[in-house]
Amino acid sequence: MIISVNAERHEIQSTTLEQTLVELGFHSPALATAVNGSFVSRAKRGETQLNDGDRIEILAPMQGG
Amino acid sequence: MEFYGTPLTSRLLLGTAQYPSPRVLCDAIAACETEVITVSLRRETAGGDGSEFWQLLRQTGTRILPNTAGCHTVQEAVTTAQMAREIFATDWIKLEVIGHADSLQPDIFGLVEAARILSQDGFKVFPYTTEDLVVGERLLQAGCEVLMPWGAPIGSGQGLRNPDGLRAMRAHFPQVPLIVDAGIGRPSDAAQAMELGMDAVLLNTAVAKAGDPIAMARAMSGAIKAGRQGYQAQPMPRRDMAVPSTPVLGLAELT
Repeated sequence: MIISVNAERHEIQSTTLEQTLVELGFHSPALATAVNGSFVSRAKRGETQLNDGDRIEILAPMQGG
Repeated sequence: MEFYGTPLTSRLLLGTAQYPSPRVLCDAIAACETEVITVSLRRETAGGDGSEFWQLLRQTGTRILPNTAGCHTVQEAVTTAQMAREIFATDWIKLEVIGHADSLQPDIFGLVEAARILSQDGFKVFPYTTEDLVVGERLLQAGCEVLMPWGAPIGSGQGLRNPDGLRAMRAHFPQVPLIVDAGIGRPSDAAQAMELGMDAVLLNTAVAKAGDPIAMARAMSGAIKAGRQGYQAQPMPRRDMAVPSTPVLGLAELT
């Protein structure tokens, strides 16, 4: 299916959020995820099924004011 | 001074963005003896490792205050706060809901709503707000126990644009910790905020973009301490006319 990850289009084989992170090479332990604008906790990534057209955001710590 | 029951000694909260290097950032943190630093969340790249920066900050031993900078809607701010809570393992959140891209003025309507949602979800919300008293009251009703009025637009370094408004806030909310957030440019701006009775100052660009960020961090820290002591010492009232400080009694007639 085709999803958007951080506003970039990706075609993936995975069906869950957890598998998708592995498939796309997101290995850092300091990541947080959201699907279609809603937070998905680390514990829920394995059970979160993705659908065609979903918008995934993967965020990491960054400098801020 | 306490924020949500957490006692703090330093009245300077420091942002972590725009420093020349991570080394300078860490040295600035040490130089000003801050106990709270602000951080943010941004998109990760595949194969990237944002945990490196996070590890660096953890080594400073300071408390982390994540922000929702760049969020323009309630949903963006709430989701960002939830993501930050998981990554940084803290329920503290510096809540920004931005109303204008150019002025970076808070959208106080969205701010109050997001503050209510996040407070109910267990967050300890530090709202970036204006000096408006009614908004302040609404934020307290929404569950906030700290208010962070702006001094001037973010990153502008203009100093306090509305000292009277901040003074009114101090009088209106005598028991609420007030942190001036944004707009500080110089140590005298920070000292002025503290002389008005603010409890603390949050700044970033003024230190990060100074010619010598480490020296400026130290200068800000000193100014904040001096301003606080000045407030506690109760400054003399301002007078319209000159009043001789040297006694006139016993003055010689030498004409």
